[in-house]
Amino acid sequence: MTDVAAETQRTSSALGSVTTVIEPSKGWAKLGLKELWQFRELLYFLTWKNVLIRYKQAILGVAWAVLNPVITMIVFTVIFNKLLHVGTGKYDVAYPVFVYAGLLPWNLFSGSLASAGTSLVGNSNLITKVYFPRLVIPSSAVLSAIPDFLISFVVLVVLMFAYHVVPTWQVVLLPFFTLLALLTAMGVALWLSALYVLYRDVQYIIPFLVQIWMYISPVMYSTERISKAPGWAQVIYNLNPMTGVIGGFRWALFGEQAPSSLFWISAAMVVVVFVSGLYYFRRMERVFADLV
Amino acid sequence: MSAAISISGLGKRYMIGAKQERADTLRDAITNVVGRPIRRLRHAGSSTGHVTHMWALRDVSLDVEPGQVIGVIGRNGAGKSTLLKILTRITEPTEGRIEIRGRVGSLLEVGTGFHQELSGRENIYLNGAILGMTRNEIGSKFDDIVEFSEIAEFLDTPVKRYSTGMYVRLAFAVAAHLEPEILLVDEVLSVGDVAFQRKCLGQMGQIAGSGRTVFLVSHNMGAVRGLCTRVVEIEGGRLVADGPPEEIVNAYIAKQLAGAGSVLELPRPLGKSDELLITAVRVVDDQGNTTGPFHSSSSITIEIDVDIARTSASYQVGFDLLSSGGIVLRSWHTDGPVDDWAPLEEGHNTLRCVLPAGLLNAGSYAVAPRADAYRSHWIVNGDEAVWFDVVKDHLDSPFSWVTNPGPLAMLLDWGSANGHEPPADPRRSDGEPELTLREPELKLRESGVEPEPLPEPGAVDAPTPPS
Repeated sequence: MTDVAAETQRTSSALGSVTTVIEPSKGWAKLGLKELWQFRELLYFLTWKNVLIRYKQAILGVAWAVLNPVITMIVFTVIFNKLLHVGTGKYDVAYPVFVYAGLLPWNLFSGSLASAGTSLVGNSNLITKVYFPRLVIPSSAVLSAIPDFLISFVVLVVLMFAYHVVPTWQVVLLPFFTLLALLTAMGVALWLSALYVLYRDVQYIIPFLVQIWMYISPVMYSTERISKAPGWAQVIYNLNPMTGVIGGFRWALFGEQAPSSLFWISAAMVVVVFVSGLYYFRRMERVFADLV
Repeated sequence: MSAAISISGLGKRYMIGAKQERADTLRDAITNVVGRPIRRLRHAGSSTGHVTHMWALRDVSLDVEPGQVIGVIGRNGAGKSTLLKILTRITEPTEGRIEIRGRVGSLLEVGTGFHQELSGRENIYLNGAILGMTRNEIGSKFDDIVEFSEIAEFLDTPVKRYSTGMYVRLAFAVAAHLEPEILLVDEVLSVGDVAFQRKCLGQMGQIAGSGRTVFLVSHNMGAVRGLCTRVVEIEGGRLVADGPPEEIVNAYIAKQLAGAGSVLELPRPLGKSDELLITAVRVVDDQGNTTGPFHSSSSITIEIDVDIARTSASYQVGFDLLSSGGIVLRSWHTDGPVDDWAPLEEGHNTLRCVLPAGLLNAGSYAVAPRADAYRSHWIVNGDEAVWFDVVKDHLDSPFSWVTNPGPLAMLLDWGSANGHEPPADPRRSDGEPELTLREPELKLRESGVEPEPLPEPGAVDAPTPPS
């Protein structure tokens, strides 16, 4: 790989026309978020395409967005709650509602991670033929997980109604925790998708990573069980951004167990993963078209 | 007025042959990291190790004035496409600087991002956005695009049910409605049928005539001559010529005619010295010329020298004829109808096989000799080849603006079911029975030049296997 890259910028001249400068540059690239904004319509269309294709290609279409979390919820309830007697901790809600409320952000995270992680290589025909900020590709993959999330969310509302769970005022914070889940997915996906261009092993790592990650996240159990562990272990446990996200998600829905100071470790990790992912992606972006 | 595109000192370097450094899997990367200190010791003194660099483009400086239609020509691998990829910002230069003043649209392929599952309507929007159009722009041009594509009644059909022709029409219709101030175009006209190509050339001519700056990379000398106001030639990554189209294109063709492209010697004798050895392959035209380029109006004889150690009835010798794309056009062998079998005698043999005049279109072709012991084993299996270039000079219709694509250039007669015989051509009586100097007005749907299947963008939920 060459260590040289191009820095490009768009500036408007007095005449109002656009000047594009193309030249090599070294070191860390700028994030180019302004340029990303200029290409927001492309982001919109690619997201729209991803969603459209997912529903067109699957026979059951939209039903998958319901079936997946509902079936998982049923299996988890039978295995973990009924057979292994895993409880809901301090949450005063039925286990199915509890586990479904964990599955929602988890599926949003894992689904968008899986599709965004392979998105660059999957769109290699675009990358080698047209210029646009490459960030558009993983971004659109992450964004296209949102419709599934919203559909699954409707099921949660139905479940809460059925189990007589009344949401508390914190429910207004749900979008915040949803955003954290998306940012985490985006951050990890930026790393993985850029690495995938270099190393084709990444395609095998992603499913494995998602599987392991689910066990270290409080999806089918409550973080209360972890709170009995020594302090250092709790800190390590909260280095997982999804710990904070899922905990916060449940808190926003059910009240109880407000995020402790440990939450901020998770939140800080979200920022670390996302920002480092952005920079790594931008740095590797220069060679994508040559390698993909 | 300042230049629309100014390129100064542009260079692009690729690394080649750096297998140890280019890690394709994580395991390689890990072994690289672990092994690096050891290799450093071994290669002490050479900082680059075994990495070789190849400059695909070097020292290219060029100013394109607003409104100029500039054509870039050159042989395959000369660096034309690299230049265009840098201009379109798909890949980055290693050195130099480019300034582009104006809104840029690029067209390296028609139908980029088309998805098979989506309808024509949906693909118009998607493709338009990928090419840089805004939603409003696409909306306002939508009807024009549909009209241009001539597929209005299939607008809501998924494009996977389209014929190739319909697909290309639609794809080109979107691209043809780009309205940038500067248009960068690669060889995109090699797809579609001839009539549609002309329509597109017409549309591009309009663009060119509208004061827009166009940067066109092409092999199509007809298009370059017809559209461009200025032509530059790239060779070996450098600009070697710049000037008016007629002058540069003619000089370029003359240089091609000088036969720089033909490789007419085998690297070594092929086969087994105790069985059969192919010692030489020659390409000869009807004047006895063996250096090429060969004219399509001449027959082309393939001569194969074969040394046979022990005669055997099972030996067969022949050759594959390949197009420049590596596609075998046909394999011919000595075992035709029994009466025609060429005798293969102990000692030296020279076999001749004649490709009739008018068979091949302009292009590069390879002859890869083969030999085998019948039903036993290959002695020479077509791994080595000689290359020769053909210049097409056996038909020149006043209607033929571009060279029809495809490797075959045989002239075929057209009759019609209404009982008309193929029209007699007065020029035929000039004593050239093998050649028809008349361009059929209806053209063969060119065989073997199916447009490349446009790859689907990987569906997000179906990771594409690594390529």
